[in-house]
Amino acid sequence: MRLFRKLPMAPALAAALVLGSLPAIAAPSGPHYGGTLRLVAAAAEGTMDPQVNYTLKYWQIFPILYDGLVTFQKAGGTDAFKIVPDLAVSIPTPTDGGKTYSFTLQKGVRFSNGQTLTADDVRATFVRMFKVLNPNAGTWYNVIEGGDACVKTPASCTLPGVVADDAAGTVTFHLVHPDSEFLDQLAVPFGSIAPASTPAKDMGTTPIPGSGAYMIKSYDPNKGMVLVRNPYFKQWNAAAQPWGYVDEIDYNFGLTPDAQVTAVENGQDDWSFDNIPLDRLNEIATRYPQQLHLNPLLAYWYLELNVNLAPFNNLAARQALAYALNRGDLVKLYGGPALATPSCQVLPPGMPGYAAYCPYTQNPGTKWTAPDMAKAKALMAKSGTAGQAVTIITQTIDPYRALGVYLQSLLNQLGYKASVKAISPDIEFTYLQNTKNKVQIGISDWYQDYPAPSDFLNVLYSCANFHPGSDTSINMPGFCDSSIDALMQQAMTLSLTDEAGANKIWAEVDQKVTDASPTVTMFNPKHTDFVSKRVGNFVFSGQTYFQPELAWVK
Amino acid sequence: MSGAEPTYAEAGWDERVGLAPPALGYWAGAFRKLRRKPSALVSFAVLVLIVLSCVVAPYYARDVSRTDPFATNVGGTTMVGGKSLDVLQQATNGLGLGLTPIGPLWRFGPYALGADDQGRDVAARLLYGGRNSLLIGAASTVICLALATLTGLIAGFFGGIIDRVISIFLDILWAFPIYLLAISLSIVLINQSIGIGPLQLTGGSLLLPILIIGVVYVPYVARPIRGQVLSLRNSEFVLAARGLGVPGLRILWRDILPNVFSTVIVFAPLMMALNILTEAALSFLSVGVQPPAASWGTIIHDGEALLYTQPMVAIAPGIAIVLTVLALNILGDGLRDALDPRAKLRVG
Repeated sequence: MRLFRKLPMAPALAAALVLGSLPAIAAPSGPHYGGTLRLVAAAAEGTMDPQVNYTLKYWQIFPILYDGLVTFQKAGGTDAFKIVPDLAVSIPTPTDGGKTYSFTLQKGVRFSNGQTLTADDVRATFVRMFKVLNPNAGTWYNVIEGGDACVKTPASCTLPGVVADDAAGTVTFHLVHPDSEFLDQLAVPFGSIAPASTPAKDMGTTPIPGSGAYMIKSYDPNKGMVLVRNPYFKQWNAAAQPWGYVDEIDYNFGLTPDAQVTAVENGQDDWSFDNIPLDRLNEIATRYPQQLHLNPLLAYWYLELNVNLAPFNNLAARQALAYALNRGDLVKLYGGPALATPSCQVLPPGMPGYAAYCPYTQNPGTKWTAPDMAKAKALMAKSGTAGQAVTIITQTIDPYRALGVYLQSLLNQLGYKASVKAISPDIEFTYLQNTKNKVQIGISDWYQDYPAPSDFLNVLYSCANFHPGSDTSINMPGFCDSSIDALMQQAMTLSLTDEAGANKIWAEVDQKVTDASPTVTMFNPKHTDFVSKRVGNFVFSGQTYFQPELAWVK
Repeated sequence: MSGAEPTYAEAGWDERVGLAPPALGYWAGAFRKLRRKPSALVSFAVLVLIVLSCVVAPYYARDVSRTDPFATNVGGTTMVGGKSLDVLQQATNGLGLGLTPIGPLWRFGPYALGADDQGRDVAARLLYGGRNSLLIGAASTVICLALATLTGLIAGFFGGIIDRVISIFLDILWAFPIYLLAISLSIVLINQSIGIGPLQLTGGSLLLPILIIGVVYVPYVARPIRGQVLSLRNSEFVLAARGLGVPGLRILWRDILPNVFSTVIVFAPLMMALNILTEAALSFLSVGVQPPAASWGTIIHDGEALLYTQPMVAIAPGIAIVLTVLALNILGDGLRDALDPRAKLRVG
């Protein structure tokens, strides 16, 4: 009786344990193992369903809770961009002209509820992905045969393109056409494998059992989340899913960024999610340089301009803003040159296909040097949009708020009647996407899902990703250019056989999108992590950032 | 000589010579009492000084700070001791992270109180902010007192069902937590334009906080006025007027209103102080005055992010609010003693 009460698991599992059929696995031991890592953030980030949630905050957590067939290597720096087999024994070579991938599953992997992971769980997961309206189902996973039908009628989705053979322990994917990024898309948290019995609805705050090193013990979006070791986890590939060092990870919500810094400074918490407030950066960098980690990101911050709504349905108006923007000032507002680099283009440095390009500067070329107000004013005159009212959507927190106030001043200088509407960070991202909100201009940012140019250009600017009236219309400006779409398709096809050639096309697409200015790039940010004195082995992955499972507190 | 004959011009002459003072009107008497309260006079002088400072804000910005207090100046510089300094200064120590606005230069010139996170002159914004804070405080007070007087008079004088309906409405309004109500109204109204007859109010209009603050405090004033009217309604002079067949509205206008007017005047500075505080709270929460316009509340909000490095951005408007509210409260107390010594009015 006591055993049942102590273990948080279903009665069937408890019965199985009593029968001795599912022995729990002992946690590892060693000099750095054990203890509790305390993370802190201002707020939760919504649902804990890995097939629905599309936020960095939880994409940092999902990889230690769940496994995909493949995953990004748990390592620091750019090694983290390497895809390694996870639940699959190895990464298969595609057959049938790049249209078929056949995976053999690891044997003996169990979910945190004790259930054995099977090929049918994999198939069911991908069917469920369409049924729960995964944000990228229509752009990434519809390449699987039957995917388009599932996007149209999710409720009746069967997805014949995924064939599971439980006896052989294999799963085969049939694609409608070759896709060079299919493995990347399987490796992100959307590809997390869940039990086939998981209801086909957004599970919200109810944790779904996973096969990762940790499991969710409790989750309350108003208070926090507690992760403990998955009693059924057994390390099969350290590069994919290593034993974590700490026994427990407590993620607390509710502290302001300022209070988070103080908590980490005092050792009450070990790591803060939110950016260090601007006025504390110098203090932290000076007093605790050993505890502050600075890393470049494949990301950009930009202004999204609605190309279907006045005044930015006018190309000259959009370009006027691009020329007028003093990216040096914006970098200052973000924290200074050590934290960001001015940029004019979509692709960030380091991304395949990146070719430095900056037309919106004095002395156009490859690098932004200074704003060109004369050109901006000439374009404003040409656009005939001066005097129009413009509302800037931004977030209530800094640096978004500060950037919004700066932008308001700049737009007023250009002749607009600008106002700022600062809304909660919890809703701004989806608010910007929905055309019903009639957003004219908004401040946003994009951090790579995986290191491929299509993740920026195809995701954010393709016609297929503009869905009027929807909260999941990631092409926020509503930009649609058939010639650019065709170029992107050409690049994606070519990348299967000639990556260098494809990257040249991506560079061309980047320039064309930059010239059309549906968005105006401000800068490429760097990431700061502030950890407590007791945290050791800080590992920053270019893919998932701070890796909590690799840190130790002993 | 101790037995010198006092002259008429000296204060207290009437009492000292044992004569009845010359007949003074109600208002003249009240003014005389007010003049004898130095704390009220000092408060009045402080208020005049604050108002005058705010009135000259455009001249200060043009001729002294020589900056546009509403435009960002992130890359700007200013001369200090013959050297050109960045208004926002990049950290040079450690990892070179962070940006600090220039601190108070304590001079009659640019950046006397330093810069905010957008590189704007805090002193110039403080004066401009004061204009908005005082305007909102004063205008909302006028609206609040007018509405409260009207409802108090009608409810108290007509009684019956009219009184019950108005009283219930006031009770409901009073039952709401005032800040929660004001914040809710502000969020709804700021995010969409509203039309009141020919008047179209947009999100950034100052009329929004004026109307919101003016309305939410109506019960605070209306209820005491209603109570006073209830009492006056049965007074002898009103009963006499009724007996003579004077119409009700005429009684209200000629007999009741003048008798509650002193109460309204006593409320004025107290409500204005309360309204200035409410405006500051709403603006601090980003639901009052909208950027780039400033009020003392918005400047404190701007300064919140700089408390560690440039606390003066938040402290300066805080001091301005404290001084203004304190002066208004002391003046209000003085007015109460002068106009209505029996009243025990307290607001807030």
